[in-house]
Amino acid sequence: MTVAGSTSVEPFAELLAEEYMRLHPGAYIYVQGGGSTAGVEAARSHAANIGMSSRSLLPSEKDLSAVMIARDAIALIVHPGNPIRNLSLVHVRDVFSGKIKRWKEVGGPDHPIVLVTREEGSGTREAFQKFVMGKEEISLAALVQDSNGAIRQVVSGDPNSIGYISLGLVNEKVIAMEISGVEASVSNIENGSYTLVRPFLFLFDGEPSLDAKAFVDFVLSPPAQKILSKEGLVSILPRAAQK
Amino acid sequence: MDIKEKLIEKALLVIALSSITILALITFFIFEEGLPLIWKVGPRAFILGNRWVPSQGSFGIFPMIVSSFWVTLGALLLGIPLGLACTIFLCELTPRSVGLFLRPAIHLLAAIPSVIYGFWGLVVFVPLVRNYLGGPGLSILSGSVILGFMILPTIISISEDSIKALPRTYKEGALALGATHWQTIWRVMIPAARSGIVASIILGMGRALGETMAMIMILGNAVQMPSSFLDSARTLTTNIGIEMGYASGDHRQALFATGIVLFVIIMILNSAAIVLSRRRAGG
Repeated sequence: MTVAGSTSVEPFAELLAEEYMRLHPGAYIYVQGGGSTAGVEAARSHAANIGMSSRSLLPSEKDLSAVMIARDAIALIVHPGNPIRNLSLVHVRDVFSGKIKRWKEVGGPDHPIVLVTREEGSGTREAFQKFVMGKEEISLAALVQDSNGAIRQVVSGDPNSIGYISLGLVNEKVIAMEISGVEASVSNIENGSYTLVRPFLFLFDGEPSLDAKAFVDFVLSPPAQKILSKEGLVSILPRAAQK
Repeated sequence: MDIKEKLIEKALLVIALSSITILALITFFIFEEGLPLIWKVGPRAFILGNRWVPSQGSFGIFPMIVSSFWVTLGALLLGIPLGLACTIFLCELTPRSVGLFLRPAIHLLAAIPSVIYGFWGLVVFVPLVRNYLGGPGLSILSGSVILGFMILPTIISISEDSIKALPRTYKEGALALGATHWQTIWRVMIPAARSGIVASIILGMGRALGETMAMIMILGNAVQMPSSFLDSARTLTTNIGIEMGYASGDHRQALFATGIVLFVIIMILNSAAIVLSRRRAGG
């Protein structure tokens, strides 16, 4: 059985597939990347049994059925030495579009702001563009890194930098900022006050096959959801049900 | 016996041809994928355009051509003097015992994977630039320095070969006429081996232009036109390397088109190197 699509979902799907194969020795699940759009195409053309997407379906893609397996938040990160810990959404937009060029303009030290962004085509960048930038363009002067880990590496080394990564990948070397005073935490995501949140979807064209259905049921079950929340995603189950 | 030899000959011919066929296939594929986009955007807009925003249909790679040029130039500024100095030392001034150690060490420099150079640059050199010179550290300067080291083995081994290939009489004659050792090296041997040295520099330049992994890690990959050596930049190769993961449709074709431009530049450089080294063999 093949599961293909978003590279943001891929590592988590791989983890779940391994666990599933351990529990069901006869099963074999092959997980493949390619991006959310490739996931949509793979589901539609039946090239994969399950497509993966890290964004909501576009109106033109609504012919597919989607199952949300978890949610992921995008955190704005800065160096621990940066005194600024909170930015309004408007400020974030102005910083990333290049209108605000120095930390002084948002109440910080008089240093230039070093922007770090993902490359064109990345699902994380698309989500950031949609939630934060809207019609504005991310500055061409921004440094571009091709993974969450690379952005974290740059930001953890440069006190003047700011970037964005999956909340699950924030570690002690970087600080996740509050946005308009709202902390990026699981409870704030669950109650809807932190809004930089995107769904992780499994996609099917029509009814899933029996094998695929069994895997999806496993992914939605409490043990699998527990794995996902341990990896930093926001489970679709209320926390009480995971115990 | 004769038949066996013929068979082996033919087999070797087929193998040799197949490697050329693969080269031809790669060339064909790159052009077939990339050319339609160049025609669509217009060759001038593609090569001289300043904006690269594939999601909005802007495909201008001029900043990347310029960045490739600056990074390569920086690498040569470091690599040529250092490489030549090393070559002279290795050929003429090294005690045998030091040479036994130094030569393999330089060859080892060529064997280190580029991702290691990139990682070392990112962890060691980039913070130095950021802390002492300013800017994000991920910059043309950092990239040039790392590349300068990466092209050393190419420059040293080829120019060393060309100096070693000189007839002994050149050196002996110069010394017999009363030139000092240094005058012999600088006035006789280097000029005599010039075409080989130039070829080594051009090959080093090709290596610098083509380097991808280390540059993705060190240059910062910003798509703007760099305005100083402390600015982040994106070269032609890193543009392909960093964006190929998700690219589809026009965006994917534009990356192939970037490859065409790179291909043409490298072809010109390598042909120049071949012509120059032929001249050496003839003269």
